[in-house]
Amino acid sequence: MFDWLDELIQLLVENVFNLDVTSHLGASVHFFIYDVIKIILLLGIMIFLISYIRSFFPPERTKKILERFSGAKGNLMASLLGIVTPFCSCSSVPIFIGFVEAGIPLGVTFSFLITSPIVNEAAFAILLASFGWKIAVAYVITGVIVGVVGGILIGKLKMENQVEDYVYRIKAGEVEIKQLSHKERIQFALQNVRDIIKRIWIFLIIGIGIGAVIHGLNEDGEVVRLLVQYAGKDNPIGVFIGVILGIPLYSNALGTIPIAEALIIKGVGIGTALAFMMAVTALSLPEMILLRKVIKPKLISAFVIITGIAIILVGYLFNSITHLLT
Amino acid sequence: MVIKILGSGCANCKKLYANAREAVNQLGLDATIEKIEDFKEIMVYGVMNTPALVVNEEVKIMGRVASVESIKKHL
Repeated sequence: MFDWLDELIQLLVENVFNLDVTSHLGASVHFFIYDVIKIILLLGIMIFLISYIRSFFPPERTKKILERFSGAKGNLMASLLGIVTPFCSCSSVPIFIGFVEAGIPLGVTFSFLITSPIVNEAAFAILLASFGWKIAVAYVITGVIVGVVGGILIGKLKMENQVEDYVYRIKAGEVEIKQLSHKERIQFALQNVRDIIKRIWIFLIIGIGIGAVIHGLNEDGEVVRLLVQYAGKDNPIGVFIGVILGIPLYSNALGTIPIAEALIIKGVGIGTALAFMMAVTALSLPEMILLRKVIKPKLISAFVIITGIAIILVGYLFNSITHLLT
Repeated sequence: MVIKILGSGCANCKKLYANAREAVNQLGLDATIEKIEDFKEIMVYGVMNTPALVVNEEVKIMGRVASVESIKKHL
């Protein structure tokens, strides 16, 4: 898709910087410039498109749709709607209260709360830029599966008593869902593009910079050998470590994906990278602190453990089918 | 006129608050602007996607940071 850019930057590196792209330095410079332009371009376009679609699905409407579904179908709908409903971690508490107050089962509510942050426009765009369509789509599908399975399991635990009592006493008002004008949707989408890029660009540049250095490393050098040994797809605890590392990091850490891109070219497992990404987005410490306002520690732990295990399994799955995706 | 900004105090809520303040100033209105950060109060309005703008107890904008210009239309 970006062959033209690849060749353009190759010309730039060879003729303006006078570097051979097959040399270590040349390969690093090429990777850096090419990746910065490609990722920023894709981020802008994807965030705009997805935000525009999302402006049609406010959570208030999602709630109304979910009230009509029960059982596993409810979990599936909640996860699917989680993809298209705009979500910011500061809204997770009002969304939680709104769902529970409307009588939507706890498990269904969690299916939404798990998938919604995992499948977000920034993660999708960065995956698309770094690894291509197949992996970006596979990420979305597994994000839904993790949400559905996680939600069903949480529902089975019958932890309704682990929700703070006041939540059940809240009587939410009805709000009229306003139709946005075309102009307002465009404005909403553009603002999202600005906000997200402003938030993560510095992390992206650093991530791409480190990725570029790795890119220039010697294939059979010591550093690459160590990286592949520790984060390679054949190391059974690699995925586990990736998930644990991802929990304290916030979504800005998505900028580190270009590091993974460079590592995967060198032989690191793709499942390890995807599991890390899911953990970063789904299990963030700030969100847990917010959720603590409405649910008790036991339920938060259940949420973290179940979602964490599901993500680890996804990591192993992807590591074992790497050959199908690249 | 009573204007309320609903939101848990995140960056977007602060931005909407600043825009509302600016809109009021530009129109020279006599209005009080309140920040509502308590979830129980936010839910009374039925709003799940913060930030939201409430003018005289009516929800006008939710789930996005509206520009100064578009806020003006609601005042």
